[in-house]
Amino acid sequence: MPPRKKSKPPQDAVVLVPKVTPKRFFGHGVPGVEAESLTGKLIVVEGADGSGRSTQIARLVQWLEATGHHTVQVGLKRSTLVADELEQAQQGNILSRSTLSLFYATDFADQLENTILPALRSGSMVIADRYIYTLMARDLVRGMDEQWLRNLYGIALVPDAVFYLEVRPEQLVQRVFAKNQSLDFWESGMDLGLSRDMFDSFLRYQGLMRETFRRLQQTYGFQIVDAERSPDDISAELTRRIEDVLRGG
Amino acid sequence: MKQTFSELGFPGRLIAVEGLDGSGKSTQIYLLKRWLEMQGMKVFFSEWNSSALVKSATSRGKKEDLLTPTTFSLIHATDFADRYERQLVPLLKAGYLVLCDRYIFTAFARDVVRGCPPEWVRGVYSFAALPDLTFFFKAGLEVSLARILDNRPTLKHHEAGMDLNLSSDPYESFRIFQGRIFEQYLAMSTEFRFVVMDANQRIEEQQGIVRRLVSAHVDLEAYRAAKVA
Repeated sequence: MPPRKKSKPPQDAVVLVPKVTPKRFFGHGVPGVEAESLTGKLIVVEGADGSGRSTQIARLVQWLEATGHHTVQVGLKRSTLVADELEQAQQGNILSRSTLSLFYATDFADQLENTILPALRSGSMVIADRYIYTLMARDLVRGMDEQWLRNLYGIALVPDAVFYLEVRPEQLVQRVFAKNQSLDFWESGMDLGLSRDMFDSFLRYQGLMRETFRRLQQTYGFQIVDAERSPDDISAELTRRIEDVLRGG
Repeated sequence: MKQTFSELGFPGRLIAVEGLDGSGKSTQIYLLKRWLEMQGMKVFFSEWNSSALVKSATSRGKKEDLLTPTTFSLIHATDFADRYERQLVPLLKAGYLVLCDRYIFTAFARDVVRGCPPEWVRGVYSFAALPDLTFFFKAGLEVSLARILDNRPTLKHHEAGMDLNLSSDPYESFRIFQGRIFEQYLAMSTEFRFVVMDANQRIEEQQGIVRRLVSAHVDLEAYRAAKVA
Protein backbone atom coordinates (compact mmCIF):
# COMPACT_ATOMS: atom_id res chain seq x y z
CA MET A 1 0.00 0.00 0.00
CA PRO A 2 1.33 3.45 -0.79
CA PRO A 3 2.14 5.52 2.25
CA ARG A 4 -0.82 7.61 3.21
CA LYS A 5 -0.64 11.24 3.90
CA LYS A 6 -0.07 12.09 7.54
CA SER A 7 -3.50 12.14 9.12
CA LYS A 8 -4.72 13.68 12.33
CA PRO A 9 -4.18 11.43 15.36
CA PRO A 10 -7.33 9.65 16.52
CA GLN A 11 -9.40 11.65 18.91
CA ASP A 12 -8.66 9.55 22.00
CA ALA A 13 -4.95 10.11 21.52
CA VAL A 14 -5.48 13.61 22.82
CA VAL A 15 -4.85 13.52 26.53
CA LEU A 16 -6.08 16.30 28.72
CA VAL A 17 -3.45 17.54 31.14
CA PRO A 18 -5.30 18.30 34.37
CA LYS A 19 -5.05 21.86 35.57
CA VAL A 20 -3.23 22.15 38.87
CA THR A 21 -5.43 23.79 41.47
CA PRO A 22 -4.43 24.81 45.01
CA LYS A 23 -4.79 22.11 47.63
CA ARG A 24 -5.29 22.48 51.35
CA PHE A 25 -5.68 20.40 54.46
CA PHE A 26 -8.70 20.51 56.74
CA GLY A 27 -6.46 21.50 59.64
CA HIS A 28 -2.73 21.68 60.10
CA GLY A 29 -2.21 18.68 57.81
CA VAL A 30 0.80 16.43 58.06
CA PRO A 31 4.17 17.60 59.38
CA GLY A 32 6.55 18.27 56.50
CA VAL A 33 4.06 18.15 53.60
CA GLU A 34 3.51 21.19 51.39
CA ALA A 35 0.05 21.10 49.83
CA GLU A 36 1.35 23.03 46.78
CA SER A 37 3.52 20.12 45.69
CA LEU A 38 0.47 17.93 45.06
CA THR A 39 -0.36 18.02 41.36
CA GLY A 40 -2.72 15.03 41.11
CA LYS A 41 -6.41 14.99 41.99
CA LEU A 42 -8.12 13.33 44.91
CA ILE A 43 -11.58 11.98 44.11
CA VAL A 44 -13.68 10.45 46.86
CA VAL A 45 -16.67 8.15 46.45
CA GLU A 46 -18.80 7.76 49.58
CA GLY A 47 -21.92 5.70 50.14
CA ALA A 48 -23.24 2.69 52.05
CA ASP A 49 -22.50 -0.90 51.02
CA GLY A 50 -24.94 -1.63 48.22
CA SER A 51 -24.98 1.94 46.94
CA GLY A 52 -23.00 0.90 43.86
CA ARG A 53 -19.68 2.30 45.07
CA SER A 54 -17.49 -0.51 43.78
CA THR A 55 -19.18 -0.60 40.39
CA GLN A 56 -18.81 3.13 39.95
CA ILE A 57 -15.20 3.13 41.09
CA ALA A 58 -14.32 0.32 38.66
CA ARG A 59 -15.90 2.32 35.85
CA LEU A 60 -14.11 5.50 36.88
CA VAL A 61 -10.74 3.79 36.89
CA GLN A 62 -11.48 2.30 33.47
CA TRP A 63 -12.46 5.68 32.10
CA LEU A 64 -9.56 7.59 33.68
CA GLU A 65 -6.99 5.14 32.37
CA ALA A 66 -8.62 5.16 28.95
CA THR A 67 -8.27 8.92 28.89
CA GLY A 68 -4.61 8.73 29.89
CA HIS A 69 -4.62 9.32 33.63
CA HIS A 70 -2.64 7.18 36.03
CA THR A 71 -4.93 6.06 38.83
CA VAL A 72 -4.27 4.87 42.37
CA GLN A 73 -6.97 3.39 44.61
CA VAL A 74 -7.27 3.60 48.38
CA GLY A 75 -10.01 2.69 50.82
CA LEU A 76 -10.82 2.03 54.44
CA LYS A 77 -8.95 -0.70 56.30
CA ARG A 78 -6.30 -1.08 53.63
CA SER A 79 -3.19 0.20 55.40
CA THR A 80 -0.12 -1.99 55.81
CA LEU A 81 0.22 -0.70 59.34
CA VAL A 82 -2.99 -1.71 61.10
CA ALA A 83 -5.45 -3.29 58.64
CA ASP A 84 -5.08 -6.82 60.07
CA GLU A 85 -5.40 -5.76 63.68
CA LEU A 86 -8.38 -3.58 62.83
CA GLU A 87 -10.11 -6.46 61.11
CA GLN A 88 -9.42 -8.71 64.09
CA ALA A 89 -10.76 -6.13 66.51
CA GLN A 90 -13.92 -5.72 64.50
CA GLN A 91 -14.57 -9.42 64.30
CA GLY A 92 -14.50 -9.68 68.04
CA ASN A 93 -16.34 -6.38 68.62
CA ILE A 94 -13.99 -5.82 71.54
CA LEU A 95 -12.94 -2.22 71.18
CA SER A 96 -14.59 0.76 72.77
CA ARG A 97 -15.66 3.73 70.77
CA SER A 98 -12.71 6.11 70.96
CA THR A 99 -10.33 3.22 70.48
CA LEU A 100 -12.00 1.99 67.31
CA SER A 101 -12.19 5.53 66.07
CA LEU A 102 -8.47 6.12 66.65
CA PHE A 103 -7.65 2.78 65.07
CA TYR A 104 -9.47 3.85 61.90
CA ALA A 105 -7.73 7.21 62.04
CA THR A 106 -4.37 5.43 62.20
CA ASP A 107 -5.32 3.31 59.21
CA PHE A 108 -6.37 6.45 57.37
CA ALA A 109 -3.22 8.40 58.27
CA ASP A 110 -1.00 5.54 57.15
CA GLN A 111 -2.62 5.47 53.72
CA LEU A 112 -2.68 9.25 53.53
CA GLU A 113 1.06 9.56 54.10
CA ASN A 114 2.27 6.44 52.36
CA THR A 115 -0.10 6.22 49.41
CA ILE A 116 -2.35 9.23 48.82
CA LEU A 117 0.17 12.06 49.22
CA PRO A 118 3.00 10.39 47.26
CA ALA A 119 0.58 9.53 44.44
CA LEU A 120 -0.72 13.09 44.29
CA ARG A 121 2.82 14.42 44.35
CA SER A 122 3.63 12.34 41.29
CA GLY A 123 0.54 13.63 39.52
CA SER A 124 -1.74 10.60 39.76
CA MET A 125 -5.49 10.50 40.16
CA VAL A 126 -6.33 9.02 43.55
CA ILE A 127 -9.73 7.36 43.87
CA ALA A 128 -10.73 6.84 47.49
CA ASP A 129 -13.36 4.23 48.22
CA ARG A 130 -14.71 6.21 51.20
CA TYR A 131 -12.80 8.84 53.16
CA ILE A 132 -13.05 10.70 56.46
CA TYR A 133 -16.75 11.47 55.90
CA THR A 134 -17.79 7.85 56.44
CA LEU A 135 -15.49 7.63 59.45
CA MET A 136 -16.93 10.81 60.91
CA ALA A 137 -20.55 9.88 60.13
CA ARG A 138 -20.18 6.47 61.82
CA ASP A 139 -18.76 8.10 64.93
CA LEU A 140 -21.29 10.92 64.99
CA VAL A 141 -24.14 8.43 64.80
CA ARG A 142 -22.55 6.76 67.82
CA GLY A 143 -22.55 10.00 69.77
CA MET A 144 -18.94 11.07 69.51
CA ASP A 145 -17.95 14.68 69.82
CA GLU A 146 -17.83 16.53 66.49
CA GLN A 147 -15.08 18.91 67.63
CA TRP A 148 -12.92 15.99 68.61
CA LEU A 149 -13.39 14.38 65.19
CA ARG A 150 -12.68 17.61 63.35
CA ASN A 151 -9.42 18.03 65.21
CA LEU A 152 -8.49 14.40 64.64
CA TYR A 153 -9.08 14.65 60.89
CA GLY A 154 -7.36 18.01 60.60
CA ILE A 155 -4.57 15.87 59.11
CA ALA A 156 -6.70 15.06 56.05
CA LEU A 157 -6.35 16.65 52.64
CA VAL A 158 -9.45 18.36 51.23
CA PRO A 159 -10.45 16.28 48.17
CA ASP A 160 -10.92 17.78 44.72
CA ALA A 161 -14.30 16.09 44.43
CA VAL A 162 -16.50 14.08 46.80
CA PHE A 163 -19.51 12.10 45.60
CA TYR A 164 -21.96 10.66 48.08
CA LEU A 165 -23.96 7.92 46.41
CA GLU A 166 -27.29 8.21 48.12
CA VAL A 167 -29.80 5.38 48.29
CA ARG A 168 -32.81 5.26 50.62
CA PRO A 169 -32.45 2.59 53.31
CA GLU A 170 -35.53 0.71 52.05
CA GLN A 171 -33.92 0.45 48.63
CA LEU A 172 -30.49 -0.32 50.09
CA VAL A 173 -31.74 -3.30 52.07
CA GLN A 174 -33.19 -4.81 48.89
CA ARG A 175 -29.89 -4.40 47.07
CA VAL A 176 -27.93 -5.95 49.92
CA PHE A 177 -30.27 -8.95 50.00
CA ALA A 178 -30.10 -9.34 46.25
CA LYS A 179 -26.33 -9.60 46.55
CA ASN A 180 -25.56 -11.29 49.88
CA GLN A 181 -28.76 -12.73 51.33
CA SER A 182 -27.62 -11.49 54.72
CA LEU A 183 -27.04 -8.24 56.58
CA ASP A 184 -23.66 -7.25 57.99
CA PHE A 185 -23.40 -6.65 61.76
CA TRP A 186 -21.71 -3.25 61.45
CA GLU A 187 -23.61 -2.01 58.41
CA SER A 188 -26.75 -2.75 60.41
CA GLY A 189 -25.43 -0.74 63.35
CA MET A 190 -26.09 -3.69 65.67
CA ASP A 191 -23.54 -2.35 68.18
CA LEU A 192 -25.83 0.63 68.78
CA GLY A 193 -28.69 -1.40 70.20
CA LEU A 194 -31.29 0.41 68.08
CA SER A 195 -33.29 -2.78 67.76
CA ARG A 196 -32.67 -6.46 68.37
CA ASP A 197 -34.23 -7.12 65.02
CA MET A 198 -31.47 -6.88 62.43
CA PHE A 199 -33.71 -5.79 59.58
CA ASP A 200 -35.22 -3.04 61.67
CA SER A 201 -31.81 -2.00 63.00
CA PHE A 202 -30.40 -1.83 59.47
CA LEU A 203 -33.15 0.53 58.32
CA ARG A 204 -32.80 2.78 61.34
CA TYR A 205 -29.01 2.82 61.26
CA GLN A 206 -28.80 3.54 57.54
CA GLY A 207 -31.42 6.24 58.01
CA LEU A 208 -29.24 7.86 60.68
CA MET A 209 -26.17 7.58 58.46
CA ARG A 210 -28.02 9.24 55.60
CA GLU A 211 -29.19 12.10 57.84
CA THR A 212 -25.64 12.53 59.10
CA PHE A 213 -24.21 12.60 55.58
CA ARG A 214 -26.77 15.25 54.66
CA ARG A 215 -25.72 17.26 57.69
CA LEU A 216 -22.00 16.87 56.87
CA GLN A 217 -22.79 17.94 53.32
CA GLN A 218 -23.86 21.35 54.68
CA THR A 219 -20.40 21.77 56.21
CA TYR A 220 -18.20 20.12 53.60
CA GLY A 221 -20.18 20.83 50.46
CA PHE A 222 -19.80 17.51 48.64
CA GLN A 223 -21.98 16.27 45.78
CA ILE A 224 -25.00 14.18 46.69
CA VAL A 225 -25.60 11.78 43.80
CA ASP A 226 -28.96 10.09 43.40
CA ALA A 227 -27.75 6.50 43.24
CA GLU A 228 -31.15 4.94 42.70
CA ARG A 229 -30.74 5.59 38.98
CA SER A 230 -29.15 3.20 36.49
CA PRO A 231 -25.38 2.62 36.74
CA ASP A 232 -24.99 4.28 33.32
CA ASP A 233 -26.75 7.44 34.42
CA ILE A 234 -24.64 7.60 37.56
CA SER A 235 -21.35 7.11 35.69
CA ALA A 236 -22.38 9.75 33.18
CA GLU A 237 -22.88 12.23 36.01
CA LEU A 238 -19.61 11.29 37.71
CA THR A 239 -17.49 11.51 34.56
CA ARG A 240 -19.04 14.84 33.64
CA ARG A 241 -18.24 16.28 37.05
CA ILE A 242 -14.74 14.83 37.09
CA GLU A 243 -14.05 16.31 33.66
CA ASP A 244 -14.80 19.70 35.22
CA VAL A 245 -12.38 18.91 38.03
CA LEU A 246 -9.64 17.99 35.54
CA ARG A 247 -10.16 21.28 33.75
CA GLY A 248 -9.63 23.00 37.07
CA GLY A 249 -13.29 23.83 37.66
CA MET B 1 -9.30 23.39 81.63
CA LYS B 2 -9.57 19.66 81.87
CA GLN B 3 -10.58 17.98 85.09
CA THR B 4 -9.09 15.28 87.26
CA PHE B 5 -10.89 12.04 88.11
CA SER B 6 -11.70 13.26 91.59
CA GLU B 7 -13.10 16.53 90.20
CA LEU B 8 -15.25 14.45 87.87
CA GLY B 9 -16.67 12.54 90.82
CA PHE B 10 -14.96 9.19 90.23
CA PRO B 11 -14.53 7.19 93.42
CA GLY B 12 -11.10 5.93 92.29
CA ARG B 13 -7.88 7.93 92.01
CA LEU B 14 -5.26 7.93 89.28
CA ILE B 15 -1.59 8.49 90.06
CA ALA B 16 0.83 8.88 87.17
CA VAL B 17 4.59 9.02 86.90
CA GLU B 18 6.36 10.77 84.07
CA GLY B 19 9.97 11.42 83.18
CA LEU B 20 12.71 10.42 80.80
CA ASP B 21 13.81 6.84 80.32
CA GLY B 22 16.34 6.23 83.07
CA SER B 23 14.85 8.77 85.47
CA GLY B 24 13.93 6.01 87.92
CA LYS B 25 10.19 6.57 87.65
CA SER B 26 9.35 2.90 87.06
CA THR B 27 11.26 1.89 90.18
CA GLN B 28 9.36 4.46 92.22
CA ILE B 29 5.91 3.49 90.99
CA TYR B 30 6.73 -0.18 91.53
CA LEU B 31 7.67 0.51 95.15
CA LEU B 32 4.52 2.58 95.60
CA LYS B 33 2.43 -0.25 94.20
CA ARG B 34 4.05 -2.80 96.53
CA TRP B 35 3.42 -0.56 99.53
CA LEU B 36 -0.25 -0.05 98.66
CA GLU B 37 -0.79 -3.72 97.91
CA MET B 38 0.76 -4.78 101.18
CA GLN B 39 -1.69 -2.57 103.00
CA GLY B 40 -4.51 -4.42 101.24
CA MET B 41 -5.51 -1.59 98.91
CA LYS B 42 -7.33 -2.06 95.63
CA VAL B 43 -4.51 -1.21 93.22
CA PHE B 44 -4.15 -1.54 89.48
CA PHE B 45 -0.98 -0.83 87.53
CA SER B 46 -0.93 0.13 83.86
CA GLU B 47 1.98 0.70 81.56
CA TRP B 48 2.29 2.87 78.46
CA ASN B 49 2.04 1.03 75.14
CA SER B 50 0.78 -2.26 76.54
CA SER B 51 -2.64 -2.95 75.07
CA ALA B 52 -2.36 -6.42 73.56
CA LEU B 53 -4.20 -5.80 70.33
CA VAL B 54 -2.51 -2.57 69.39
CA LYS B 55 0.88 -3.86 70.43
CA SER B 56 1.36 -6.12 67.42
CA ALA B 57 0.72 -3.24 65.03
CA THR B 58 2.95 -0.89 67.00
CA SER B 59 5.88 -3.26 67.11
CA ARG B 60 5.56 -4.16 63.44
CA GLY B 61 5.36 -0.48 62.55
CA LYS B 62 8.47 0.24 64.55
CA LYS B 63 10.40 -2.74 63.30
CA GLU B 64 9.63 -2.11 59.66
CA ASP B 65 10.01 1.62 60.06
CA LEU B 66 6.50 2.24 58.71
CA LEU B 67 5.66 4.99 61.16
CA THR B 68 5.50 8.70 60.46
CA PRO B 69 5.09 11.26 63.27
CA THR B 70 1.33 11.26 62.66
CA THR B 71 0.86 7.49 62.63
CA PHE B 72 3.28 7.12 65.54
CA SER B 73 1.11 9.51 67.49
CA LEU B 74 -2.20 7.93 66.45
CA ILE B 75 -1.17 4.36 67.11
CA HIS B 76 -0.07 5.27 70.63
CA ALA B 77 -3.32 7.17 71.13
CA THR B 78 -5.20 4.05 70.03
CA ASP B 79 -3.28 1.96 72.53
CA PHE B 80 -3.97 4.48 75.25
CA ALA B 81 -7.68 4.73 74.40
CA ASP B 82 -8.00 0.96 74.54
CA ARG B 83 -6.50 0.82 78.04
CA TYR B 84 -8.38 3.93 79.10
CA GLU B 85 -11.83 2.76 78.05
CA ARG B 86 -11.51 -0.90 78.92
CA GLN B 87 -9.42 -0.79 82.09
CA LEU B 88 -8.73 2.59 83.62
CA VAL B 89 -12.23 4.07 83.54
CA PRO B 90 -14.07 0.93 84.74
CA LEU B 91 -11.53 0.43 87.56
CA LEU B 92 -11.73 4.08 88.59
CA LYS B 93 -15.50 3.76 88.68
CA ALA B 94 -15.08 0.71 90.87
CA GLY B 95 -13.01 2.73 93.32
CA TYR B 96 -9.50 1.53 92.50
CA LEU B 97 -6.20 3.29 92.94
CA VAL B 98 -4.82 3.22 89.42
CA LEU B 99 -1.08 3.68 88.96
CA CYS B 100 0.15 4.64 85.50
CA ASP B 101 3.73 4.39 84.34
CA ARG B 102 3.44 7.25 81.84
CA TYR B 103 0.19 8.97 80.95
CA ILE B 104 -0.92 11.44 78.24
CA PHE B 105 2.01 13.78 79.00
CA THR B 106 4.39 11.27 77.45
CA ALA B 107 2.50 11.68 74.18
CA PHE B 108 2.32 15.45 74.58
CA ALA B 109 6.11 15.59 74.93
CA ARG B 110 7.19 13.01 72.34
CA ASP B 111 4.71 13.77 69.57
CA VAL B 112 5.43 17.47 69.73
CA VAL B 113 9.17 16.81 69.53
CA ARG B 114 8.41 14.68 66.44
CA GLY B 115 6.70 17.67 64.84
CA CYS B 116 2.98 17.17 65.52
CA PRO B 117 1.22 20.42 66.47
CA PRO B 118 0.63 20.60 70.26
CA GLU B 119 -3.06 21.59 69.91
CA TRP B 120 -3.70 18.61 67.66
CA VAL B 121 -2.09 16.12 70.04
CA ARG B 122 -3.92 17.55 73.02
CA GLY B 123 -7.17 17.45 71.05
CA VAL B 124 -6.67 13.79 70.20
CA TYR B 125 -6.23 12.95 73.90
CA SER B 126 -8.99 15.27 75.10
CA PHE B 127 -11.22 12.32 76.00
CA ALA B 128 -8.89 11.51 78.90
CA ALA B 129 -9.29 13.08 82.35
CA LEU B 130 -6.23 14.36 84.20
CA PRO B 131 -4.47 12.32 86.91
CA ASP B 132 -5.22 13.20 90.50
CA LEU B 133 -1.50 13.25 91.16
CA THR B 134 1.36 13.37 88.65
CA PHE B 135 4.97 12.89 89.68
CA PHE B 136 7.60 14.15 87.27
CA PHE B 137 10.98 12.57 87.94
CA LYS B 138 13.48 15.19 87.05
CA ALA B 139 16.97 13.83 86.87
CA GLY B 140 19.81 15.70 85.26
CA LEU B 141 19.83 14.86 81.59
CA GLU B 142 23.32 13.38 81.88
CA VAL B 143 22.22 11.12 84.74
CA SER B 144 19.28 9.72 82.72
CA LEU B 145 21.42 9.29 79.66
CA ALA B 146 24.11 7.48 81.61
CA ARG B 147 21.58 5.09 83.19
CA ILE B 148 20.19 4.12 79.81
CA LEU B 149 23.42 4.09 77.86
CA ASP B 150 25.22 2.07 80.55
CA ASN B 151 22.56 -0.63 80.68
CA ARG B 152 21.32 -1.17 77.15
CA PRO B 153 23.91 -0.14 74.67
CA THR B 154 21.78 -1.01 71.61
CA LEU B 155 19.18 1.70 71.17
CA LYS B 156 16.01 1.03 69.23
CA HIS B 157 15.34 3.21 66.21
CA HIS B 158 12.41 5.23 67.60
CA GLU B 159 13.74 5.24 71.14
CA ALA B 160 16.84 7.02 69.90
CA GLY B 161 14.68 9.40 67.86
CA MET B 162 16.49 8.23 64.73
CA ASP B 163 13.34 8.96 62.72
CA LEU B 164 13.97 12.66 63.34
CA ASN B 165 17.32 12.72 61.54
CA LEU B 166 18.96 14.56 64.39
CA SER B 167 22.21 12.73 63.95
CA SER B 168 23.42 9.64 62.15
CA ASP B 169 24.96 8.45 65.43
CA PRO B 170 22.27 6.73 67.54
CA TYR B 171 23.87 7.86 70.80
CA GLU B 172 24.11 11.47 69.73
CA SER B 173 20.57 11.30 68.35
CA PHE B 174 19.30 9.86 71.64
CA ARG B 175 20.95 12.68 73.59
CA ILE B 176 19.41 15.40 71.46
CA PHE B 177 16.02 13.68 71.39
CA GLN B 178 15.87 13.15 75.16
CA GLY B 179 17.01 16.72 75.71
CA ARG B 180 14.08 18.02 73.68
CA ILE B 181 11.59 15.78 75.49
CA PHE B 182 12.98 17.02 78.78
CA GLU B 183 12.30 20.61 77.70
CA GLN B 184 8.71 19.70 76.81
CA TYR B 185 8.19 18.15 80.24
CA LEU B 186 9.51 21.24 81.95
CA ALA B 187 7.27 23.46 79.87
CA MET B 188 4.18 21.43 80.91
CA SER B 189 5.13 21.13 84.54
CA THR B 190 3.23 24.14 85.90
CA GLU B 191 0.23 23.87 83.61
CA PHE B 192 -0.48 20.29 84.69
CA ARG B 193 0.62 20.74 88.30
CA PHE B 194 3.35 18.11 88.22
CA VAL B 195 4.94 17.22 91.53
CA VAL B 196 8.55 17.67 90.48
CA MET B 197 10.76 15.04 92.09
CA ASP B 198 14.50 15.42 92.39
CA ALA B 199 15.41 12.13 90.76
CA ASN B 200 19.07 12.52 91.61
CA GLN B 201 18.27 11.60 95.22
CA ARG B 202 18.57 8.10 96.67
CA ILE B 203 15.77 5.67 95.81
CA GLU B 204 14.63 5.50 99.47
CA GLU B 205 14.57 9.26 99.88
CA GLN B 206 12.37 9.59 96.81
CA GLN B 207 10.08 6.76 97.85
CA GLY B 208 9.61 8.37 101.24
CA ILE B 209 8.45 11.57 99.60
CA VAL B 210 6.19 9.70 97.18
CA ARG B 211 4.49 7.75 99.99
CA ARG B 212 4.02 10.84 102.14
CA LEU B 213 2.52 12.83 99.27
CA VAL B 214 0.20 10.02 98.24
CA SER B 215 -1.02 9.67 101.85
CA ALA B 216 -1.59 13.41 102.04
CA HIS B 217 -3.52 13.63 98.76
CA VAL B 218 -5.51 10.45 98.94
CA ASP B 219 -7.66 9.15 101.79
CA LEU B 220 -6.06 5.71 101.60
CA GLU B 221 -8.42 4.08 104.10
CA ALA B 222 -11.20 4.43 101.53
CA TYR B 223 -9.37 2.14 99.12
CA ARG B 224 -8.90 -0.88 101.31
CA ALA B 225 -10.29 -3.97 99.62
CA ALA B 226 -13.27 -5.49 101.43
CA LYS B 227 -12.31 -8.59 103.38
CA VAL B 228 -13.87 -11.70 101.98
CA ALA B 229 -15.83 -13.33 104.80
